[in-house]
Amino acid sequence: MSLQFVVDGLLTGSMIGLGAIGVTLTYSILRFSNFAHGDFMAWGTYATLAVVGAIGATFGKVAPIAPFSFGWPLIVALVVGMAFTALLALLLDKVLFSRLRSQGQAIIVVMASFGASMALRSLLEFTFTSRPTYFSRAIQIAMPVGFGIRITPDQIALLLLTAVLVLGVHLLMTRTQTGRSMQALSQNAALARVVGIDVGSVVRVTWVIGGALACVAGVMIGILVQIRPFMGFDMLLPMFAAAILGGIGSIPGAVLGGLIIGLAEAGAVQLIGAEWRAAVSFIILMAVLFVRPIGVFGVRER
Amino acid sequence: MSETVLDVRDLEAGYEPGVPIVRGASITVAKGEIVVVLGPNGAGKSSFIKAIAGLVPITSGTVFLDGKDITAAPAHTMVRLGLAFVPQTENIFPLMSVEDNLRVACGILERREIPARIEEMYAAFPDLVRQRRTAAGNLSGGQRQMLAVARALIVHPKVLVLDEPSAGLSPKFVSMVFEMLAGIRKSGVTILLVEQNAKAALAIGDRAYVLVEGKDRHEGIASELWNDPVVAELYLGQRPSQAGKGGTV
Repeated sequence: MSLQFVVDGLLTGSMIGLGAIGVTLTYSILRFSNFAHGDFMAWGTYATLAVVGAIGATFGKVAPIAPFSFGWPLIVALVVGMAFTALLALLLDKVLFSRLRSQGQAIIVVMASFGASMALRSLLEFTFTSRPTYFSRAIQIAMPVGFGIRITPDQIALLLLTAVLVLGVHLLMTRTQTGRSMQALSQNAALARVVGIDVGSVVRVTWVIGGALACVAGVMIGILVQIRPFMGFDMLLPMFAAAILGGIGSIPGAVLGGLIIGLAEAGAVQLIGAEWRAAVSFIILMAVLFVRPIGVFGVRER
Repeated sequence: MSETVLDVRDLEAGYEPGVPIVRGASITVAKGEIVVVLGPNGAGKSSFIKAIAGLVPITSGTVFLDGKDITAAPAHTMVRLGLAFVPQTENIFPLMSVEDNLRVACGILERREIPARIEEMYAAFPDLVRQRRTAAGNLSGGQRQMLAVARALIVHPKVLVLDEPSAGLSPKFVSMVFEMLAGIRKSGVTILLVEQNAKAALAIGDRAYVLVEGKDRHEGIASELWNDPVVAELYLGQRPSQAGKGGTV
C-alpha cells in the first residue's frame, strides 16, 4: 500500500483539529455544543474570498508567491477573515446565545445554535449560490518526498501553519493569565468570579479564538478542496468526534483527535474503500470511548 | 471601638424575588477582628455571607467596605475592592496545579509583584510548597482549605470572608484550620466567618452574632457566648449544634 494516506490524513486532520479547538473551548467554557461552529468556518472562508476579490479589484492581478498557489492577498485576506469570523461569533453570542444562556438551560442554547447554523448557511447559499468556488484554479505539482508520498508546497505551508497555531493556542491556555482564567471558568464558574475573573471578558476571548481558528480551518479546506456553503456543516460531525475523542476541554486532545480521525478516514479510503470513510472515524470514536469514556486527554472531575 | 472595615446594614437577600432567605441582618467587623456568625441549620448564614460577596442577589440593605458602598458590586470586582471570599466547598480549581490556583487569583496584582507574592504564600503555608506542581484535586481536605485561604490572602484583602472553613473536614484538620485562621489574624488580617462548629469558632473569635431565620438575633463577645443561655435558646433549646465535635480548641 502507498503511504500517501499519511499526508492526506494529516491534512484532513489539521482542518478537523483546528475546528475542533473552537468546539472544545465553547463546550468546556460556555457549556454547550455549538452547531453553528461549522458555519463560522464557511463564513470565514467566504469573507476571506471576498477580501481576496476586493484586493484583486483594487491592485490588479497579483502573482502568487512561488512555489505556492497563493500570493500576499490571500494572507492579508485570511487575517481580515479571521477578524471577521471572530466578530461574527461575538455578535451571534450577544444577540442570541448570551440571552438564552442567562436562562440557564443548556439545551435551549444548543437548539438555538442549530437554528443559527441553518440561517447562516442559507444566507451563504442565497448570497454566493451553492456552486463550489476556489481560491485558485492553478494546478500544483506535488513533489515526491520518498516512501511513495507526494506533497504540494501549499500542503506543507498549511501543515506548518496548523502546527504554529496549535502551539500558540496551547501556550496561551497554559502560560498566560487569560488562559488560566479560561481553565478556571471551565472548571468552576462561580469560583472563577470569586477569584476576580470577569466571566464576560473570558467568554469574549473564547469566541474570538474559536471564530478565528474556524476561519483558518475553512480557508484550508478552501485552498485544498473547494469552497461551498456546506463546507463547514459537513465538518461538524468529525469536529465533534475529534473534540470528544481528545477529551472535552483539551486543546492538544482536540488536535490529536482531529489527526486520528483524519488519518483513519484517509487510511480507510485506501484500505477498504471510500464509502467507509465516515463510518471508520465513528467506529474509532466508539472504540476509544468504550475503553476510555473521558477521551484521550480528558480528566475526570474530582 | 476601632475602625470599622465591614458594615452590613439590614441586609435582605435571596435567589428568587419575593422569597428572601436573609431578612434584615446587620453586622459590623472592626479592623483586626475575627467575627463569627453562628446559627442553626437553615438560618441563612451561608446565603448571608454569599450575599456580601456578591453571589446571592441583594434585595435591600447596604454593605459598606472601608466606608465604600459595595452593595451592588459584581462578585468578580470584590477582590479589587478588598474583600476575598472562601466558599465552603469546591473552593479550588481541581484540575489546575497548586501554583496555577494561586496565580489565577493574581489578576489584580502588579505583574512583577506576583512571583514574590506566591513565594510569600508558600512561606506562610509550607505544606503547599512540595505540592506546587500537583493538581489541586489531589490534595487532602486540609490542604485544599489551606490553598483556598492562601489564594484569598494573596491579593492583600482588607477582609477575609470564609463560609464554614471546617465543613467536611476530619477533626484533625478542623483544629488545623482554626489554628491557621488565628495565625492569619495575628498577621493583621480582618476575618469574618460563618461556622457550624460553634465551639471551635468561638475559641478563636473576638465577637459573634447569632443568625436565626435570616435575622441577627444576638451579639456578644465570643468567649462569653458559649455559656450564654440566650444562645442555647436560639439554637432551639440545644447546645449550639455539633458542639464539642470539633475537637481540641
